[in-house]
Amino acid sequence: MSEITVELPKSEPTSRSFLGRVKDSDLLASFLSSKVTVVAGALTLIFFLAAVFAPLIAPTNPFDPASNFLIDSLNPPRFVTGGDPRFLLGTDDQGRDLWSAILYGLRVSLLIGVFGVLLGGAIGITLGLIAGYAGGRIDSIIMRIADVQLTFPAILIALLVDGVVQALLKGQNREQTAFGILVISIGLSFWVQYARTVRGSTLVEKNRDYVQAARLIGLSPARILARHILPNVMGPVLVIATINLALAIITEATLSFLGVGLPPTQPSLGTLIRIGQNFLFSGEWWIVTFPSITLAALVLAVNLLGDWLRDALNPRLK
Amino acid sequence: MIAFIIRRLFASIGVLIAVGLIAFVLFRYIGDPVNQMVGIETPESERVALRQQLGLNDPAPVQALRFLANAARLDFGISYQFKQPVSELIGARMPATLELAFVASIMSLVAGIPMGVYTALHRRSALAKLFEALSLVGISLPTFLIGILLIYLFAVTLGWLPSFGRGDVVHIGSWWTTGLLTKSGLKSIIMPAITLALFQMTLIMRLVRAEMLEVLRADYIRFARARGLSERKVHFRHALKNTLVPVITVVGLQLGSIVAFSIITETVFSWPGMGQLFLQSVQNVDIPIMAAYLLFIAFLFVIINLVVDLLYAAVDPRLRVAIHGA
Amino acid sequence: MLLEMIARGAGFTRRPGFASKLACAIVGATFLAGAAQVHVAEAKTLRFAFQGELKAVDPYALMESFSLAMGSAVYEGLIRRGPDLKIEPCLATSWETLDPLHWRFHLRKGVKFHGGEDFTADDVVFSAQRLHTQGSDIKNLVAPDTKVVKVDDYTVDFILTHPDPLLIAQWENWGIFSKKWSEEHGATEATAMNATTPPYAALHANGTGPFILVSHEPGVKTVWKKNPNWWDTPRHNLDEVVFTPIPSNATRVAALLSGEIDWMDPVPLPDQARVDANPGTQVLAGPELRTIFLGFDQMRPELGHSNVKGKNPFKDVRVRKAFYQAIEEEAIKTKVMRGLATPAALMIAPSLYSEAKDFKRMPFDPGAAKKLLAEAGYPNGFEVQLDCPNDRYVNDEAICQAVVGMLARIGVKVDLVAEPKSKFFARILAVGGYDTSFYLLGWTPATYESYNVFQYNIQCRDEKGNGGHNNIGGYCNPKVDELANAALQETDQEKRDDIFKQAWQISLFDDVGFIPLHQQALAWGVSKKVHVIQRPDNFYVFAWVKMD
Repeated sequence: MSEITVELPKSEPTSRSFLGRVKDSDLLASFLSSKVTVVAGALTLIFFLAAVFAPLIAPTNPFDPASNFLIDSLNPPRFVTGGDPRFLLGTDDQGRDLWSAILYGLRVSLLIGVFGVLLGGAIGITLGLIAGYAGGRIDSIIMRIADVQLTFPAILIALLVDGVVQALLKGQNREQTAFGILVISIGLSFWVQYARTVRGSTLVEKNRDYVQAARLIGLSPARILARHILPNVMGPVLVIATINLALAIITEATLSFLGVGLPPTQPSLGTLIRIGQNFLFSGEWWIVTFPSITLAALVLAVNLLGDWLRDALNPRLK
Repeated sequence: MIAFIIRRLFASIGVLIAVGLIAFVLFRYIGDPVNQMVGIETPESERVALRQQLGLNDPAPVQALRFLANAARLDFGISYQFKQPVSELIGARMPATLELAFVASIMSLVAGIPMGVYTALHRRSALAKLFEALSLVGISLPTFLIGILLIYLFAVTLGWLPSFGRGDVVHIGSWWTTGLLTKSGLKSIIMPAITLALFQMTLIMRLVRAEMLEVLRADYIRFARARGLSERKVHFRHALKNTLVPVITVVGLQLGSIVAFSIITETVFSWPGMGQLFLQSVQNVDIPIMAAYLLFIAFLFVIINLVVDLLYAAVDPRLRVAIHGA
Repeated sequence: MLLEMIARGAGFTRRPGFASKLACAIVGATFLAGAAQVHVAEAKTLRFAFQGELKAVDPYALMESFSLAMGSAVYEGLIRRGPDLKIEPCLATSWETLDPLHWRFHLRKGVKFHGGEDFTADDVVFSAQRLHTQGSDIKNLVAPDTKVVKVDDYTVDFILTHPDPLLIAQWENWGIFSKKWSEEHGATEATAMNATTPPYAALHANGTGPFILVSHEPGVKTVWKKNPNWWDTPRHNLDEVVFTPIPSNATRVAALLSGEIDWMDPVPLPDQARVDANPGTQVLAGPELRTIFLGFDQMRPELGHSNVKGKNPFKDVRVRKAFYQAIEEEAIKTKVMRGLATPAALMIAPSLYSEAKDFKRMPFDPGAAKKLLAEAGYPNGFEVQLDCPNDRYVNDEAICQAVVGMLARIGVKVDLVAEPKSKFFARILAVGGYDTSFYLLGWTPATYESYNVFQYNIQCRDEKGNGGHNNIGGYCNPKVDELANAALQETDQEKRDDIFKQAWQISLFDDVGFIPLHQQALAWGVSKKVHVIQRPDNFYVFAWVKMD
């Protein structure tokens, strides 16, 4: 997808840990200084809490087909004339309570986003560290793969992975495979940015005295990478991860539209929007509007947090 | 310099061969090609004959080589669903996609650069805040929803723009078609191009803003200011010029992803391009088209990358030295 | 021409299902005939859109109603069907059965192909051969052991090995190719066996029909122009027809509302009110002949997609009946289908079977269903996968979703797999080894009578699919097969329907071999300046379209 270039503060020769830098950058103060950031942070927190506690908050379980009755379908929201008091945001075409569906959908979207980002991060950081530390042929091969990878955005990879999985596991249940397909596709397409950033930092760090010293006393490369270099590259990684989380959620929604996403029986926010857009012309506006607003607010909040984090961790932008 | 070019060329060919092998594995091992080509009632004897004729009994390396050799001649076989040569199908759809990607890129540059410059120069102004908010909203909604909303507004409610297709096209040369020379073609491209450009525009705006802020802090800008040059001159003659190099690079490299992204836009607007063809072929498990599309995207990427590399080498003397040194 | 139509329509009122729609069409056409005389002006282009694409213009390549309908603009069969589905002479002016195994067809004289070739008996003999070539999907329209003999230039004999009163029933879909043209262009086979050369007839066409193919860009656009030398008096006033596939529902509706297209199919159910409310457009709805039904795997000793191991619960009629009674078709009709469906007791539309009114659906009764399940040994239900297309029938995925919810209430956990039709059919039909345990399917009998349903969907089959080829679940009751075959030999219509009555009773009520759900409604979206005739089998006939 897009490439977010995050640069390490090169000017500051540092061997301080990530936490140390966090303290130095007055993260908390800068967080509180911007109202927008505070609102975004609060929103993100609310969304995460809502997702975690969805089963406790939601009046019904939209994933349980026995709890949706067709007879309740297409009810407008409670606050609109003709609305049913049982359904705060109305119901969809299957009689599913939209409020519950959004809460559960939020959970699914965030799970896919977080797992996708974790997978991408794990791949990217590992390859980036190896490339930066080993250098030479290994470095150039890994970076070449990264170049090629950039050509294939998540959408393309997901379609290919889906095509392959479908062909291999004929008639496998979508509910079981879709989640994995989405996480793998997102992970596979988002690792490059981590790899590039981490490699860059590693190149800088590995020539520093403390690393040379660690080498001299015979620490294994794995240990050096994990103990000494990794903590120093966590700042930019965190920034990429935040921005990628927003991208991952949007990507999942798009894939749902293309028919690679989650099945309608276990809807994510993206699936809800895909279903809802069928009712856009017919007056049942709530089916698409509420999930879209939720998705947009979530992505916006996470994006704003990412922006702030980037500025806050980059001393030159002060 | 020549050595550098040759090295990059070899690397590019390596990339293409690697993607080609992935495409071959797709083609050969996902589903049985023979099953896809013949009907249900085809007797086993005919299947065996076809298998022999297609060379599916040869050792895998021989088949892979043949696949690559055919691909090099743009022969990707026959589409399972359309019964037409894949290269012809893709060739017929290519102008539509490239045209859309081109117009979308221009749009994102024309809108993105000024907005980026403005937000960098007037960081605290209300308009800058508005630009930033708008650009964020643009990437916070899924593309397909934006497309449908545009259709609803401009095609259905206002009736200004067509909701689907490419309008009338004009043939240029033997195979290129363009919609940019007819009124209906121009009207048709507006909404798909905006939908496709929105994400890139945000990207460019933010990139320009970040680069600009960076450059404005640089020493030579301070010197320029100290020399008493007007703010306008400083901003546009010095700052923007230096900002544009990385911007152009990113835009160039993003062209590949715009082409791939057009899958969604083309589906929403029934734009008869390669993206739509690719999506249909994924849905119909039409492996020859999938394999060819994959290679096409890789090829596009390799070309763009090569051009960017060469431009760099030509423009930046330091890089030339570095190359010679390496 | 018009009088003819009205006469045919009047004769047709016996079948109430069609009558009202036909009346509308006639009124439309009458109005139009008056209007058309007033101004004969600029070229009239009909812009038609469909949700799927036209893969190839060779009508032999795919036995699918959409492709066949598009093919019929260019190619004509020996017979054709009118707006009321009655068989009419077309390239054959008349025919007789010399004996039950010997049919004689007298061909129309003076007909020319678009390429200028004369139409003769040679072309019919050639087309019968072509129909059996590699890649043809319409092989069953003429039995392979049939001898097709040219008697003279305008007479052809068909010599059968078994009597077949329904021989010509589907011949509307068997378009006649020019022998000369096919041989000149290497198009003698439906698909060239050599997979490296594209079949010529997939992109080019040369028939005798009302429209001439101008261009075909697969998946993009297909253009036809009027055939000025057509042998028949055209009922249409078109100069050109342009077909565009628009897969996205929202875009297709938007294109109709904004006047960019004149005719499209289908209008998604939620959008019908909007299309009707728009001043320039309307929905043309009517009952379709297609029956949507659910089927079960009753053949395998163990289900392929279920948590019940070692046995097949669907072999127990109580389980099948429990499923039947757990499904509330009335709710599906009103909520999912928004009233635009006719709940079905049989797997054939009431308009195609005179005794359909004697059958009622078994009542919706979840209590009884639970009891039946318990009796069968599944008091807590079981898990099974439901396979469903998501782009084939009206609201197919939503119907399946509703079924999942209803079965959940009797304790059956259904995993829904809804996928595009290409993948769906590739898996659940013979070619995919009938890989399903529980499925949703739709069927329109191409011969417009009961036997076709038994032949394809209910007749016993073996593992390879010999016998009831589309009997996916492998329901088998030899008694039903016997009855259906007896009915086929019966020439008296009433007696035949009586025999079918027994067969329906056994297969759908005693055995509960399938769960018929409903006949869906057709919903075409048309511009008000276009007057189309809607055939209940959802066949698009450009040659009947008039534009203001």
